[in-house]
Amino acid sequence: MVGFWFLAPVMVAAALGILFVRKAVHAALLLAVVMIGLAVLYLVQDAPFLFTVQIIVYTGAILMLFLFVLMLVGVDASDSVVETIRGQRVMAIVVGLLFGVIVVLGVGQVSLGAVQGLGAANAGGNVPGLAQLLFSKYVFAFEATSALLITAAVGAMVLAHRERLTPKSTQADLAARRMQAYAEHGTHPGPLPAPGVYARHNAVDTPALLPDGSPSEISVSRTLQSHGTVKTAPTRDIDRLTGAIGDGTSNLPVRGSGPRGGIDGDPSDTSRPEEGDQA
Amino acid sequence: MSATPFLVLSAILFTIGCIGVLTRRNAIVVFMCIELMLNASNLALVTFSRVNGNLDGQVAAFFVMVVAAAEVVVGLAIIMTIFRTRRSASVDDASLLKY
Repeated sequence: MVGFWFLAPVMVAAALGILFVRKAVHAALLLAVVMIGLAVLYLVQDAPFLFTVQIIVYTGAILMLFLFVLMLVGVDASDSVVETIRGQRVMAIVVGLLFGVIVVLGVGQVSLGAVQGLGAANAGGNVPGLAQLLFSKYVFAFEATSALLITAAVGAMVLAHRERLTPKSTQADLAARRMQAYAEHGTHPGPLPAPGVYARHNAVDTPALLPDGSPSEISVSRTLQSHGTVKTAPTRDIDRLTGAIGDGTSNLPVRGSGPRGGIDGDPSDTSRPEEGDQA
Repeated sequence: MSATPFLVLSAILFTIGCIGVLTRRNAIVVFMCIELMLNASNLALVTFSRVNGNLDGQVAAFFVMVVAAAEVVVGLAIIMTIFRTRRSASVDDASLLKY
C-alpha cells in the first residue's frame, strides 16, 4: 500500500500535466509516466501478466507510435489558445469536475464487501489461469480479437498508402524547373548555401555569413527557424569579417551589432578592434 | 489492502482524460487523453478482479488493451491522412461536414 500512496500522486500530477503542457511531445512523455505507474499498480494487484503487457504494449508500442506520428506531423501541431466556441473550455472544465466529483463520491460510498484476493485464482500461476479462461470461456471473443487486429492492420495500411498520381519528376525536369524559375523570377539556380560557412561553427543551426558579414537566412532549414533554435553568428565574428573587408582602412562602418547578433556573442568584444589579424 | 483507493484513483484519471478530450485541440493529444481513459478503466477492471477473487476482470482488461492497440493504429493513420490533406492536426480544422 506504500507503493500506491507514493505512485498515486505522481500519476495524478502527470495526468494533470497532460492537460496543461503546450507541446504534444511533453504530453506523450507524461502519459508514459502514468502508464508505467499503472503497470506497477497492476503488479501490486496480483496481475503480473498485465504488468508485462502494459509495459510492452502501451509504453513500448503505442507510445512509440504516438511519438513517431508526432515527429511526422512536426512542429506546426502546437495548440492554439483561441477558443472557437465561446465559453467551451470553462464549461468543459466545470462539467468534467462535476462528473469527477460524482464518480468519486459514488465509488467511495459503494460497499464492495471483503476483498477476496487472487490467491486462490493465481494458485496455478497467473498466466496459466488467464490462458485457461481465454481459451475456454472467452475463446470466441479471443478469435474476434484476432479478426479485429487483422482488420486494423489492413486499415492502417490502406489509410497510409498513397497512390502516386503524377509521374515522379526526373533530374532533367528539376533542372528545367530551376532554370525557368531563374528566367522568370531571378531565383538563384544553384544549390542553397550550406550552413556554417564563414561562421564560427559549422553546425546545421548556424547560418552562413554573407560577404558583408550578415547571416544568410536561406542557409538554415525552415524547420529549425520555426523551432526558434537557430543560433546567430557571434557579433565578434561579424566584426572580424567586416574588418577584413575594410582591410584596415576603417572607413567602412563597423557593424556594432549584427542582425540579431549578440545573443551568444560576447557584447564586450564588439568594441575591440580586430582589423589587423585577418588582413 | 482495500479496493476503494484504486477505484478512486481510476475515477480521477478517467475524469482527467475526459476534461482533456473536451479542452485540448491537438488531435494527437486528444487521442492520448482517450488512452488515459481506457487505462483508467483497466485499473478499475483489475481492481474488481481482485475484489471478486477471479481472473475474469484481468481478461477483460487484456481485451481492452487489444482493442486500444487496434484503435490507436487506425486513429493515428486517420490523423496522418487528415494532416496530409489539410496540413493541420487541430481538431477544429476538420470541419468540412459542417457546411
